[in-house]
Amino acid sequence: MIDIKNLHASVEGNEILKGINLKINAGEVHAIMGPNGSGKSTLASVLAGREDYEISEGSVDFLGKNLLEMDPDVRAKEGLFLAFQYPVEIPGVSNVNFLKLALNEIRAYKGQEPLSAKEFLGRLKEKSALVELDGRLKDRSVNEGFSGGEKKRNDIFQMAMLSPRFAIMDETDSGLDIDALRIVANGVNSMRNKDRAFLIITHYQRLLDHITPDYVHVLSEGRIVKTGGPELALELEEKGYDWIKEAAL
Amino acid sequence: MEFNEEDKILNEVTGKEYEFGFTTNIESDKVPPGLSEDVIRLISEKKNEPEWMLAWRLDAFKIWQGMTEPEWAHVHYKKPDFQAISYYSAPKKKVTLNSLDEVDPELLRTMERLGISVNEQKRLSNVAVDFVMDSVSVATSFKETLGKLGIIFMSMSEAIQKHPELVKKHIGTVVPKRDNFYAALNSAVFTDGSFCYIPKGVRCPMELSTYFRINESGTGQFERTLVVADKGSYCSYLEGCTAPARDENQLHAAVVELIAMDDAEIKYSTVQNWYPGDKDGKGGVFNFVTKRGLCERNAKISWTQVETGSAVTWKYPSCILKGDNSIGEFYSVALTNNYQQADTGTKMIHIGKNTRSTIISKGISSGHSQNSYRGLVKIGRGAENARNFSQCDSLLMTSTSGAHTFPYIEVENPSAMVEHEATTSKIGEDQLFYCQQRGIGTEKAISLIVNGYAKEVLNKLPMEFAVEAQKLLEISLEGSVG
Repeated sequence: MIDIKNLHASVEGNEILKGINLKINAGEVHAIMGPNGSGKSTLASVLAGREDYEISEGSVDFLGKNLLEMDPDVRAKEGLFLAFQYPVEIPGVSNVNFLKLALNEIRAYKGQEPLSAKEFLGRLKEKSALVELDGRLKDRSVNEGFSGGEKKRNDIFQMAMLSPRFAIMDETDSGLDIDALRIVANGVNSMRNKDRAFLIITHYQRLLDHITPDYVHVLSEGRIVKTGGPELALELEEKGYDWIKEAAL
Repeated sequence: MEFNEEDKILNEVTGKEYEFGFTTNIESDKVPPGLSEDVIRLISEKKNEPEWMLAWRLDAFKIWQGMTEPEWAHVHYKKPDFQAISYYSAPKKKVTLNSLDEVDPELLRTMERLGISVNEQKRLSNVAVDFVMDSVSVATSFKETLGKLGIIFMSMSEAIQKHPELVKKHIGTVVPKRDNFYAALNSAVFTDGSFCYIPKGVRCPMELSTYFRINESGTGQFERTLVVADKGSYCSYLEGCTAPARDENQLHAAVVELIAMDDAEIKYSTVQNWYPGDKDGKGGVFNFVTKRGLCERNAKISWTQVETGSAVTWKYPSCILKGDNSIGEFYSVALTNNYQQADTGTKMIHIGKNTRSTIISKGISSGHSQNSYRGLVKIGRGAENARNFSQCDSLLMTSTSGAHTFPYIEVENPSAMVEHEATTSKIGEDQLFYCQQRGIGTEKAISLIVNGYAKEVLNKLPMEFAVEAQKLLEISLEGSVG
């Protein structure tokens, strides 16, 4: 699905990613954990194509194409989705119209006809039930006046609507209460299948109680310093990050 | 590039017409440049006007001669040479259009680019269209349907001939000849425009619409519109403007007067898309317009405008809330790009008791443009319990553009309540990235965000105009990332 090789990225001259190597196959769920400032969110932003970062070295192959050469919207059209740590508000743009435009832009890119109103509404109904998003939120402006939890649920709802091949969750669990966490996790779990991969970025173990990853990686100072199975997350929760840092030295 | 294409087509069309018109007397169709009493007499004579109209024009000309151009607006431009302008230009081919299919193909193309053809608009939405090309009204449709209800909707020239008593009674009562420099100029030389009268208690069943177009080079357009809504009547009026690309600056100095008698309501919507000049600020229309409405008791006037065109705009659609309980509204989206300059806003003059006004202004500045909101809210001594709410938002698309707000508030009655809110924001990179990450390309993302920002105003437009306005914003913002 995605093959990241020796990826170096910096912002304003400070190198943040110092050679990331990570290969994710279709059907897999990977979790990246790590202390604050280790470069977790930078990795998500670089993969999604945020402009603020300079990539000095490395390559990223996404479904056989060079990801780093693509504009952000092309990456999305190719099937990459990012659930944001802080989803933004877009006043005056209704959630439904936003999704319709996004969906049809992606379809047009793939040479598909726009969805009919009936098909679109059917999909809307099915997917909003998945994240327990009530009609009120769908009709409102994108994220405007939403609570933190509602914004995150809306992002998962968008993910379900757009049906990407590869989804990155950037600290989706931060600021969520237990109920919202469960809803978000259910949304992700229901989308897990052999053709789709996930990269879950998180600081805490608790999201991984609900979404069991195939692999857990520990990121520290811009490098993946340890990789293991789901049990690694539990170990981190217990011991904290310091022992990893020491072990890495 | 698109403008070049349009220019080419336009040249073909006008070139042909020129050939065609060679055997007719071309000189009589366009008055030589310059302004004098003789020119005014000539215009009046060509239009076969009654004596009182000529006297009115000449009086305005005298007043204008004693006035100087206003300089207080936040705009900079080379003042037009009023002696270099031709004050009357009629289409060379004498057109009597039976259907809108015969309308200028270039305009139709522009309309098609906006996703809406005049014909379609007419068919779909029951719009009665009056079409003013250069100075002369060439087509007014739906006259019969309206006639049955006693509604008069025709070109100003025709109204002066057929309903002189109505024109004479109302013209210049809301915007007097000496109101300002451009209003005086317009009063002296106006060549056409639209006239509309809605009789007592009649609700006009369709949108009344006028398309203005400057076609000829070296001409000015000075149209004059007068809408009179008699007691208890209602009408909604749409005004659209286009002009082809020209290197020189063209002058457009219009006057619009609205009169809403007791219990009447007028909705006046404008989509202004005059040629804004090229990327380097060369050419474009100078849009110096005076628009004002008078509200009698319980009357209501709503101005809605979407301004994307013109090199320089100077325009303040206003309401005089004379009657008790009358209501004035102003909803505006003004978008400037490249080197465009806009100084626009409104005046709400509260005179009657319990009068209310609402102002929603959304400015969008891109490129190197300057966009100013200028508004006056005046509460007179007798305006007990007057209320005003103003909201002025500015959105900056680039760091080289400017947004300015000049609100003036004058309150002479202590029971008044006046609220003013203003915000300025830069288009968010985070918002853009969010849209892109969902598969929406940059240009579409910008247009989505801007349309969302302007939604409160766009919602006030009649349906078919709202679609046009949205597309227009999209086109006007092409290539304005930064």
